[in-house]
Amino acid sequence: MTQKSKVVGSFREAVADIPDGSTIGFGGFAMPGVAFNLIKALMEQGAKRLTLVANTTGGAQQPRMPDIGMLVENGQVAKVICAFTAATRPTDVLPFTKYYESGEVDAELVPQGTLAERMRAAGAGVPAFYTPTAVGTELAEGRETRFINGREYLLEYALPLDYAFIRARKADTFGNLRFHRAQRNFNPVMATAARCTIVEVDDPIVPAGTIDADDVHTPGIFVHRLVQVPPEPEGLWPTKRQERRR
Amino acid sequence: MSGTKGLTRQQMADRVAFEFQDGWIVNLGVGIPTMCSNTDIGDRDIVYHSENGVIGYGGVAAPGTEDLNLVNAGGQNVTLKPGAAVVNHADSFGIIRGGHIDVTVMGAYQVSMKGDFANWKLKGQKGGGIGGAMDLAACAKRVFIILEHVTRDGSPRLVQSCDLPVTARGVVKMVATNYGLFEPTGDGFLLREIAPGLTVDEIRASTAGKLTVVDNLQTIKVVGG
Repeated sequence: MTQKSKVVGSFREAVADIPDGSTIGFGGFAMPGVAFNLIKALMEQGAKRLTLVANTTGGAQQPRMPDIGMLVENGQVAKVICAFTAATRPTDVLPFTKYYESGEVDAELVPQGTLAERMRAAGAGVPAFYTPTAVGTELAEGRETRFINGREYLLEYALPLDYAFIRARKADTFGNLRFHRAQRNFNPVMATAARCTIVEVDDPIVPAGTIDADDVHTPGIFVHRLVQVPPEPEGLWPTKRQERRR
Repeated sequence: MSGTKGLTRQQMADRVAFEFQDGWIVNLGVGIPTMCSNTDIGDRDIVYHSENGVIGYGGVAAPGTEDLNLVNAGGQNVTLKPGAAVVNHADSFGIIRGGHIDVTVMGAYQVSMKGDFANWKLKGQKGGGIGGAMDLAACAKRVFIILEHVTRDGSPRLVQSCDLPVTARGVVKMVATNYGLFEPTGDGFLLREIAPGLTVDEIRASTAGKLTVVDNLQTIKVVGG
């Protein structure tokens, strides 16, 4: 089969058409799998009133890389849907927290597993599901619950995305992806939930057919745009230190 | 840990780790719970699970050998043990929600005598940090909590009822503090083992609810610093 290549020449081009008001999922957990280069390009592109979906808003680590908190500081964000609006350790302060506390930016705090499952459901055509997570907590106040086989469950709705920004280790030109170690995290799930998935790729992008069908983590049908991460300093490589040193 | 009585942070973690049984799948929260993986528990095989989908991680990588794309839930650059596997986040929480985690060990601000606990939001705070705590608390087979026995101003953290927003209700099976090892009993706490240097009366004075004590109370064996 012949396919058009999904490779785009630059990060700027990959995010150029993202309109104001979009809902964008940002993959990654800690450093691995975060699309730093696409976040940077979105800051330059300037889309506004965005809803961002991510595990955390970032900014607790130094040196600071492009993160969601920077999009907030850049005035581009209306709302964040995430598992942390504050850090795990009360002594760590996330840059996002003050924007949330002042009411400049809205947030929806979602347990991490529920966040992943809401996107999985969106990608899998399930409009809502019941989960035991958060039953009996203030997150469940005023919301629909149901007893199934004697246990109480909370109704949670699917969370579809307009765009997903993810990072992968390997890609072919059709968009079949492989991730390295903990780079995977939310990324395959966000790819299924998004109308348009944009991927920044570590290794040189290979012709379709080069990655064996049995070895694909995310099928190319869920991927729409690929950008090769260029070498530093043009490209951002915060998880490449060790491999460079070898 | 100057100014606190009883066990050190590592000793609290050690006492909890000794409860782990051969073959258990264990999820450790950030902070003191992470220190459970430092404890020598002999030839028991433990599979450490991390929320980001790493199943079977080992110790922290030696400086210079880190794979920066391999982290545990605390963001530490860990290693993989033979037999390790990596799954995506939805599958990782399927493992949690599906009841495949034998024990989750977490820190907390408060534990109630009914087995509720609070660890995601401070008093008066807008929002908070839930992470995977609510999923783990609701769905792991066992929830063990490690925390300092009293707050900085001396009030009990083992309370009749949490006045902070709870993470889950009625789930805590065991609590290790610097004062001892406890179980919530519904109307108080059962003291299972006592830390060296503490007395039952001291513990009773700084624990809410009815404190019961096991027959033949043993002192926690301390294995170094």
